[in-house]
Amino acid sequence: MDIKIRVENLRVSYGSSEILKGVTIDVHTHMITGFMGPAGSGKSSLISIINRMIDFEDDVTIHGSVYIDGNNILDGTVDEIHLRRRVGTVFAVPIPLPRSVYENIAYGPRLQGIRNRTELNTIVEESLKKAFLWDEVKDRLHISALKLSGGQQQRLCLARTLATKPEIILLDEPCSGLDPISTAKIEEALNELKKEFTIVLVSNNTKQIARITDYAAFFYMGELIEYGPTEKVFTNPSEKKTEDYIQGKFG
Amino acid sequence: MIINPRITDKLARIILNAQAFFTVGILVVIVVIIFFKGAPHINLEFILAAPEDMGRHGGIFFTIIGTILLVLLSILLATPLGVGTAIFLTEYTKETRFTKIIRFGVESLAGIPSILYGLFGFIFFVIKLRMGWSLLAGVLTMAIMILPTIIRTSEEAIKAVPRNLRIVSYSLSATKWETVTKVVLPSAAPGILTGIMLSIGRAVGETAAIIFTMGSSLRLPLSLMDSGRTMAVHFYILAREGISMEKAYATALILVLSILCINILAYYIMNRVIAKYS
Repeated sequence: MDIKIRVENLRVSYGSSEILKGVTIDVHTHMITGFMGPAGSGKSSLISIINRMIDFEDDVTIHGSVYIDGNNILDGTVDEIHLRRRVGTVFAVPIPLPRSVYENIAYGPRLQGIRNRTELNTIVEESLKKAFLWDEVKDRLHISALKLSGGQQQRLCLARTLATKPEIILLDEPCSGLDPISTAKIEEALNELKKEFTIVLVSNNTKQIARITDYAAFFYMGELIEYGPTEKVFTNPSEKKTEDYIQGKFG
Repeated sequence: MIINPRITDKLARIILNAQAFFTVGILVVIVVIIFFKGAPHINLEFILAAPEDMGRHGGIFFTIIGTILLVLLSILLATPLGVGTAIFLTEYTKETRFTKIIRFGVESLAGIPSILYGLFGFIFFVIKLRMGWSLLAGVLTMAIMILPTIIRTSEEAIKAVPRNLRIVSYSLSATKWETVTKVVLPSAAPGILTGIMLSIGRAVGETAAIIFTMGSSLRLPLSLMDSGRTMAVHFYILAREGISMEKAYATALILVLSILCINILAYYIMNRVIAKYS
């Protein structure tokens, strides 16, 4: 099985508090990998390393390596702008840009220099279809994205990420503020998308991790406690802590 | 003494209402006086004709052109400089001693009386740089004068743009410059425009700094090196020298009306921007 992202002995500190304490994990190509764990476990910090959004935080020190397709993105040779074209991100709260639905989706492609109207139209339509949003907005592409419902906005954000044609999609608790129906639509979309993309899903919702991921990782206090095929992690965890977390004994 | 809360509430409402009416009332009285004293003397000739006999007869065309040129050029000069400084202070640098000094300087500049700007412009531009009383000296002085307002309002407007929008832009592989121009500035535009409006108001109404630098000669400024007179200066001289109170009020009315027009135009532009980026 191909490895898309390889994290080796990654240690991250904010100021003097260590948030990741030597994490090593492989993320497989065309799979959905779930990162779960209680608040402060370091799962969100890990994905902000993969897209280098951590660069915008102050006072961070990073040790270790993160390889994407074999290239270490932390060795200073990788251009973070180029990296973020390959690694798309969907955040916990939907953050539409203050402009139309169409212009939200076209934002990334335009940055990549695509000006041709037909080409942009195609990208917008394809991306919205992949995010299962097209049918709901196809007649109102030019209304403000802020007028969509929360669930629609989050799928818009997913579509906007897809439009940049990344290889990896990171989702940081994308359904935390959504109702069950909107959540189901996102999950349905992700299930289709893994054929094309490598997906990392951070979630506090263990049931969601169990439902849609192929691999699951459990983080606790900055350490990777358990990692393996989701079915194995959920039915026969090798660590007591994992079992307790999955059963809702803490978290 | 204990007063019934309901009575206190009513009392507060009455007092606050009175204060609001009083504020608006003063404005209305000023406008009404200017209107009734000025309106009878305004006609097409007054607007389009050259002044005669120091402004006692004829129109104010030269001063209208002087005002437009001065305001337009100083805004065109100060806006890019001010907005650029604001972008630097908010987006391109962390809070350091250097930015604190810049900010302190900007605050101080904003508090200086305009006559001092006039004096500086006179000594530096008019005398030292040998510009003479000229449109150019006036424009440069006025640009320096309105710069602090533009920097401060732009900075506030840029700071008010949610951090999340920048984060999203970066995550979609935008550079800092792309994020600033495509996300931050459009969102901050209404606030920046407010600063420009305030500056236009200040430039249109300024007299002291202008007399010192652009001069007060009653002629049509055809080049940057020509001296000239703005409407505000014209009004001041007509009234101060007792040349013609009728013409003075008529000039004042045109001044008030043009500020009104500029405000309406700015609202229109602002709404266009808001409609596009919301």
